Amino acid sequence: MSAILIFLALVMAVAGWWLARQRLMSKPWLEAGPVNAFPATEASLLHPAKLGLGVFLAVVGALFALFISAYFMRMVYADWQAAPMPWLLWLNTGMLVLASVALQCAVVAAHKGQVDNLRLALLVGALTSVAFLGGQLLAWRDLAANGYFAADNPAVSFFYLITAMHGLHIIGGLLVLGRTNVRAWRGERPAKLTLTTELCAMYWHVLLVVWLVLFAVLAGWAADFVDICRQLLS
Amino acid sequence: MVDVTPHGADLIPPAEVGEMDLYHPHSWWTKYVFSQDAKVIAIQYSGTALAIGLVALVLSWLMRLQLGFPGTFDFITPEAYYQFMTMHGMIMVIYLLTALFLGGFGNYLIPLMVGARDMVFPYVNMLSYWIYLLAVLVLVASFFAPGGPTGAGWTLYPPQAILSGTPGGTGPGIILMLVSLILFIIGFTMGGLNYVVTVLQGRTRGMTLMRLPLTVWGIFTATVMALLAFPALFVACVMMLFDRAIGSSFFMPAIVEMGEQSPHNGGSPIMFQHLFWFFGHPEVYIVALPAFGIVSDLISTHARKNIFGYRMMVWAIVGIGALSFVVWAHHMYVSGMHPYFGFFFATTTLIIAVPTAIKVYNWVLTLWRGDIHLTIPMLFALAFIVTFVNGGLTGLFLGNVVVDVPLSDTMFVVAHFHMVMGVAPIMVVFGAVYHWYPKMTGRMLNEWMGRFHFWVTFIGAYLIFFPMHYVGLVGVPRRYPELGDTAFIPPSVHTLNEFITVAALTVGFAQLVFLFNLFWSIRHGKEAGDNPWRATTLEWQTAGTPPPHGNFGKELPVVYRWAYDYSVPGAPEDFIAQNDPGPATQGGPATRGGPATQGGPATQGGPA
Repeated sequence: MSAILIFLALVMAVAGWWLARQRLMSKPWLEAGPVNAFPATEASLLHPAKLGLGVFLAVVGALFALFISAYFMRMVYADWQAAPMPWLLWLNTGMLVLASVALQCAVVAAHKGQVDNLRLALLVGALTSVAFLGGQLLAWRDLAANGYFAADNPAVSFFYLITAMHGLHIIGGLLVLGRTNVRAWRGERPAKLTLTTELCAMYWHVLLVVWLVLFAVLAGWAADFVDICRQLLS
Repeated sequence: MVDVTPHGADLIPPAEVGEMDLYHPHSWWTKYVFSQDAKVIAIQYSGTALAIGLVALVLSWLMRLQLGFPGTFDFITPEAYYQFMTMHGMIMVIYLLTALFLGGFGNYLIPLMVGARDMVFPYVNMLSYWIYLLAVLVLVASFFAPGGPTGAGWTLYPPQAILSGTPGGTGPGIILMLVSLILFIIGFTMGGLNYVVTVLQGRTRGMTLMRLPLTVWGIFTATVMALLAFPALFVACVMMLFDRAIGSSFFMPAIVEMGEQSPHNGGSPIMFQHLFWFFGHPEVYIVALPAFGIVSDLISTHARKNIFGYRMMVWAIVGIGALSFVVWAHHMYVSGMHPYFGFFFATTTLIIAVPTAIKVYNWVLTLWRGDIHLTIPMLFALAFIVTFVNGGLTGLFLGNVVVDVPLSDTMFVVAHFHMVMGVAPIMVVFGAVYHWYPKMTGRMLNEWMGRFHFWVTFIGAYLIFFPMHYVGLVGVPRRYPELGDTAFIPPSVHTLNEFITVAALTVGFAQLVFLFNLFWSIRHGKEAGDNPWRATTLEWQTAGTPPPHGNFGKELPVVYRWAYDYSVPGAPEDFIAQNDPGPATQGGPATRGGPATQGGPATQGGPA
């Protein structure tokens, strides 16, 4: 359960840092009066949707941290055999990086009000994401063609399960990104698309980081890294 | 404190929310069925939770009938008993208590108490309820599936959960159970995002975190915990579904079943237990923290006294929330673990008693020299404190490895967790319903039916669960449908079991009085007015009762004080509402400005 505990420690550090600035030491029973008796502890100016997405991404992070925890727990048993990594995964990773970069460009374009750049960047982001999903499917077929099915070997089961979970999250994001694309290509002004573009970019960046971590775990580098750290410590 | 400003110094106009920002229903369907109004969603959540809770209540009667009078009822086979037990536990913990406290009370109280017009994402909030309803329907469907619902115990431990020896293990029962849980978690996550973000971003002017009523603190912290804990159950369910459906071996070891080698190989059942209890223990506090918060408000209001140690109460809630993530393995002492792990988890478990005890002391000190009104909500609140202390004390025994190992599989554990997690939160649920029903309907619940309901429930609960401790200490195992002729079990246990069964049936039927009261009082209850309990919090200061769509009329209230200004010396009444600016200004209006005045509550948009 180490992965989830490390993740929770991070979440609690953020929560603790935020709570520390909320004047939890104040004595509200002495402080009747108008709002400026409590400077800076009211609701922030952040848009609720951004905060909502942030909280949701913390939940997504917990979900994948738990999958990784389970992966490490299962790994120590005798029947574990590392799964082969299709080379296609490197290409897919590149696609997802491209999607993330494209959406960051879309955010810049939306802020500058450049309609054409925004449309292009959103479209590239969506297409590269679809390419990523297609690539993941091909990777599955590759594995299956070589005789690795989900039920045979726990490492392979984990590979199918974890990539499927990550893919489902990309599909969920694509629904929103698709809608944003339709709105952009129908000629909505960039100013009205700024928020949704920013949300998409934030989601994609986090899912990219999640994928990089998952890739490292599934390919076995994470375990090697942990081993090296352990040897250094002992 | 430096920045105390004199009473009622400057009146800052509240932020007005334009008509554009609030979703308005256009038809009967969108107003009452597919409603996006948190108050309607709250009632939908509560109604569904209570309905499925009644099913679980009936299941508990059937179990008690079997235990009290074994062999009398032909239809209660051992398989059926396990199915009743499983569904009773699962429904009560997740589909009733979690849904009722967070989906029901959370939805109703958060927007009203923080001074918001609605949740920040009303559409997602509506989806949350409908997915919850779907989860409940899938759960109910498993009763009608071939082979019946799963009988694996509410913890669903593999390998037995998906083997043919367990009822529903090879039929659709276990699959429906897992799918229902997955749906519940998805639905809950949608609602949970709303509760968290509304508390953070939907607060009205002047509603700082340290002015929030403790109810909101309890529900907020519980929601944050649930958002982080439910994914563990999600992961466990998905992986078990894989094991069951396609024969993978996440949890399933190599097993010979009915003389045949199963396709599984090498999986780890302990891994499931870790994942399950990583959710399961926070779940206890997901139910308890809203109860703690609500009971604090009930006690303060009905004792006409400010809550003792508000800051400590807030810190204790946050502290319990954080600690509850590092105690999960105390449910697994009997599964075997490294002694140092056992030591670590026993220590954290006992440490959690510290913030919990702080809360109990503060409740008692709030009552000390208070003007206690023995209203029905107050009676239930007092019953909660007593029950929670009783149940918590046996928790101190069970938290130690050496005591837990012999007691773990006995009725003592059943008595412990029913006291602390069953009876105690249910007392708060009842207290809260009697307290807020006048706001939800505009009428009071009938007093005499309420008092009857309270005394039968309170005394009856003790008649059920106190003897159970004794039964457990004698060594009667739990989970057994029938004891048979067992040498170490004295005849007094059988007499007690009959007694407990009669008490359980009586308490169960008393709940029908409560249900009748709920419906009867909608029409025939006494008119309540806007603020029958003369309470300070914002939900009692709305534009009408029940609060209209948008809650607060044209202008949102501005908050000038904390939620517990009861019996303030020199005040004209014995309470000062949170949005009361206080006595007239002495020094002229203070300068306006500062970052706070420009901030204001964010206007709400739809889901992105």
